[in-house]
Amino acid sequence: MHIERPEGLDEALAALAADPHATLLAGGTDLMVEVNLTHRRPASVVALRRVPELREWDERMIGAGVSWARMESGPVTGLAQLARTVGSPQIRAVGTLGGNLGTASPAGDALPWLAALDAEVVLASDRGRRRLAWDEFLLGPKRTARQPGELIVGVQLPEALPPHQAFAKVGVRQAMVIATVNCCVVRDADGATRVALGAVGPTVRRARRAEALVSGTVRPSAAVLDRFEALVREEIAPIDDHRASAAYRRHAAGVLARRTLERCWS
Amino acid sequence: MIVTLEVNGEPCAAEVAGFESLLWVLRERLGLTGAKDACLQGECGSCSVLLDGEVVCACLVLAADAEGARVTTVEGLAGGSEGELHLVQQAFVDAGAVQCGFCTPGLIVAAAHLLETRPGAGDAEVREALSGNLCRCTGYGAILRAVARAQSQATQGGAP
Amino acid sequence: MSEVLVQRPTVRGGVGESVPRPDAVPKVTGRFDFLGDLHAEGMVWGATRRAWLPRARLVRVDVTPALTMRGVHAALTQDDVPGHRYQGQKVTDQPVLAEGEVRTWGEPVAVVAADDPETARRAADAIIVELDELEPLTDLDEALARGSVFRHVRVRRGDPDARGEVVVEDTYTTATQDPAALGTEAGLAVPDGLGGLDLWGPTQWTHVDRTQLAACLGLSPEQVRVQPCRLGGAFGSREDLSLQTHLGMLALRLGRPVKMVYDRTESFVGHVKRHGARMRYRHEADRAGRLVRVEAQLLLDGGPYELTSSAVVANSSYFALGPYRCQRVEVDGYALRTNNPPSGAMRGFGANQPCFAAEAQMDRLAEALGLDPLELRLRNAIGPGDHLATTGQLIEHPLPTAEVIRSVAAIPLPDALAPADDDPRRLPGGTGLTTPRDRVVRGVGYAVGLKNLQFSEGFDDYAEARVELTAEGARVHTAAIEVGQGMVTIIAQVVRSTLGVSQVEVAFDHTGRIGSAGSTSASRQTQMAGNAALEAATVVRTQALERLGGDHLDDAGVWRGEQLLAPLAELVADGPIEHHVRYRHRPTQQPDADGQGALHVDFCVAAHRAVVDVDPDLGLVRVVEIAIAQDVGRALNPQQLHGQIEGGIAQGMGHAIMEEVVLDAGVIRNASFTDYLLPTCLDAPEVEAVLVEQPSPWGPFGAKGMAELPTMSATPAVVAAVRAATGRALTRAPVRPEDVVGDLR
Repeated sequence: MHIERPEGLDEALAALAADPHATLLAGGTDLMVEVNLTHRRPASVVALRRVPELREWDERMIGAGVSWARMESGPVTGLAQLARTVGSPQIRAVGTLGGNLGTASPAGDALPWLAALDAEVVLASDRGRRRLAWDEFLLGPKRTARQPGELIVGVQLPEALPPHQAFAKVGVRQAMVIATVNCCVVRDADGATRVALGAVGPTVRRARRAEALVSGTVRPSAAVLDRFEALVREEIAPIDDHRASAAYRRHAAGVLARRTLERCWS
Repeated sequence: MIVTLEVNGEPCAAEVAGFESLLWVLRERLGLTGAKDACLQGECGSCSVLLDGEVVCACLVLAADAEGARVTTVEGLAGGSEGELHLVQQAFVDAGAVQCGFCTPGLIVAAAHLLETRPGAGDAEVREALSGNLCRCTGYGAILRAVARAQSQATQGGAP
Repeated sequence: MSEVLVQRPTVRGGVGESVPRPDAVPKVTGRFDFLGDLHAEGMVWGATRRAWLPRARLVRVDVTPALTMRGVHAALTQDDVPGHRYQGQKVTDQPVLAEGEVRTWGEPVAVVAADDPETARRAADAIIVELDELEPLTDLDEALARGSVFRHVRVRRGDPDARGEVVVEDTYTTATQDPAALGTEAGLAVPDGLGGLDLWGPTQWTHVDRTQLAACLGLSPEQVRVQPCRLGGAFGSREDLSLQTHLGMLALRLGRPVKMVYDRTESFVGHVKRHGARMRYRHEADRAGRLVRVEAQLLLDGGPYELTSSAVVANSSYFALGPYRCQRVEVDGYALRTNNPPSGAMRGFGANQPCFAAEAQMDRLAEALGLDPLELRLRNAIGPGDHLATTGQLIEHPLPTAEVIRSVAAIPLPDALAPADDDPRRLPGGTGLTTPRDRVVRGVGYAVGLKNLQFSEGFDDYAEARVELTAEGARVHTAAIEVGQGMVTIIAQVVRSTLGVSQVEVAFDHTGRIGSAGSTSASRQTQMAGNAALEAATVVRTQALERLGGDHLDDAGVWRGEQLLAPLAELVADGPIEHHVRYRHRPTQQPDADGQGALHVDFCVAAHRAVVDVDPDLGLVRVVEIAIAQDVGRALNPQQLHGQIEGGIAQGMGHAIMEEVVLDAGVIRNASFTDYLLPTCLDAPEVEAVLVEQPSPWGPFGAKGMAELPTMSATPAVVAAVRAATGRALTRAPVRPEDVVGDLR
């Protein structure tokens, strides 16, 4: 195996240009599991943890190399809430936002937040940068639009962050658990509301009919919330697996979305 | 390839294969078997070490990417001589927090780091900080009592 | 002889003190060598090729591609087994490597040895294995219908016509639980150059391993030295062989040391589990709340090989009711042969599954009678002078069933969740922020467990120990295996208090140096190894006193009255005083055709109370507190007892709400710690424990082995509490969120 350990973004992009199919390594919390347990043996690796540009975080952009631990104590409410649920403290010390996007697991905890925010993913190669809307970037389970030679630089945030953001995640253990269902709801100052759910389909889902129902300045009545819950359940496509049945996921998604929405008013 | 590290204060170099983890290198190349190999997927914490001052699972660190890193293992927590114990190690002994002992080294590293970075952590905070370290024997009660004991000794007797 | 007046010292570290473990210091410093930490000069690494189907005809195995790889030294199949080709603790029905037919997912087909683990793994993968898929047998009722039975235990007792007016009946299920000891299977075999070998492997009974290994390796027992091992936990999973025979084959073939370490996924198929069970119960009581009749059919999933299943199902059947009187009992327990993963021993050894079902039945009966569930249990509680409702054995010695129930009920309940407490770590769902404070419902549930101690049904059970007294103090030799439970501390405490000498250490010997101590299981070593050490120490003390005509021994030496006759060094100047003992517990009977007889040595009871907070909308459960009153005979080491209680409870509550080996037509779908969930620090409940001390005549200083009970009745207590919070029937453990939610379309 060949490894490159670039110490700056240009150097990283040059390494990728020279070896576009190299495996990218950030915190290692996904890749090393494959190396250890399914015996994946990458021919070449570009290790990104020394690239300072990827760890930058300003008002419009969060670098792909920002760790869960930093997100957990950071100023973005939804992101802080979700980051706290990822893996263990050891995982959060090294795992990154970019890694979560790049792995694109259907249960990835950052993905509902990305989708609810209508955020964009910034990709770079030695040929330049491009920005993809979250739904252009996430193509399916563990599939993204990242091209060989490209690197996830970070997440481009909207001009104004929604003042109300809430995240929730169901798992059957109090810590260190993969989502059975996760959900992020954000509400703008004008009442526009966006709802995204994970682990209920091949990739993260927006519940757009449910969003339309509750967008606006009026606090929804119980009847509207019931309808909201029902719409959420209609807009997802969960499956049965060893973690839960599709029926439970559908049920829980409704409950979780409703409660997460209600937190945007509290 | 050769990777150079500082391990428990000593500079060292090890020949590593590309896919090898820091855990493997510590255990098999450097003879430091304190960190354990219980799951190899970051779900048990028994391989916890300090990497540049942070608690990480050594099984998830690609050894080749640890070039230049400062690593502290359970063997390096106390002073050099055998028998000399870190405050947390002594507290684990006294509180009966050790049974089979397989999770112990990882828990000691995590608890020592907690004591240093958040010495006044309350019960829920301690539990959350140690939630990445599975123990199958103790049910955690004695471990929590050990941490509380170390905390109170640290406040009474100065830094650990 | 000394004329100086000396104060008689009192022994330090004797029974009743919370003595720390002697191995705690090496364990906290990382210097304790577990099996996976062992190393031998010139060693090579083994790896296992496994089958990927739960059942198949084994068409072809060709190791040639492995053998042609650089760095590969051996690749062996069943044809290479030097001796007997089948192993097993009770019945030798398990092929060392698959032969003819693959009978379970992940069954070993071939083993290799190579310079390093990576090469070994690649070589194992390179072996050509052809399988012809067959339909696996995985359903318990189907296995019963087909007569695929290892053992049927039939229990009939009392008046066949006895009938009660109040009837409750249901079918209960417990999923397969993995012992999930943190240390995976690992081992090292080192040839001795004389045709034999030394073997370090995961074990709870070295001598029974030696018997199997010698037979399979074609050696005499003396040629196989099974070494005491340092285990990262056991809980029953090391009672059966895993990688030892494979290591032995490779080491003998190569004439060099071979090491092997299973990874976690391999470990899930490499050790035995707690049997999954389906249990049909019918309880009948009279209006006064007396149990009149219990009928139970217990189906236990043994997997493809017998291992300890025949003994496990006996326990299930004899403890099918719990600690209650009953006029008529009809139990049919079946250990079934299937193509699911092999089951065997796990903490509680078959008594846990019926405890889950029978305690649920008691709650439902109480409800049907309009009685408090504890009152119903008290009305039926057995104690000395009663007969066990299943086997009819007279309870002759302390069994404080009513006391543990009253004691646990007397422990104050924890405070209600404060209305202002919105720390998510104290709410169901935790930091997932799923559950607002006002959606939480609290429930309280109780369960009582009863289990036997030591081996039963007429087994000739013994433990050997040798005690030597030298100038440095005493040393106890034993082949008993310390798995982390603390026997190493207990034996030393017993010997200190017996001899009066504080400096005592325990030496764990290999199979060539001392006879068997029996298995570290069945809650037996405190009483068995403990009594063997006690008897040996008693004789050593007598000999020490007789040597000088003294009447008292302690750290200072031998005394007569107030006069110190000689210090220890002088006492043993002509050589150490030593004594070897083979201790046997009182004989037990074999069951008759109705399962009747005095089958057991001693019994132990515990009562649990679980308090849970439930989010009924999402089905999430947080166990707030578990209180337990535990029969311990006598507390030899209170700190250690509390450790066993807390640890046992965590395993029992884990099985109540999260721990399940998810099986899909014989395939494990969650063979990793990502998806087989063990309780974390944030899941562990507060534990309030009361020790009930009524000395047993069968244990040293009155002690009972006790560490299985905390697990056993924790599971039904937690599920009872969830039932109380939600009103759901919940007939299955673990309870899944969807079971709590119920009525999902």
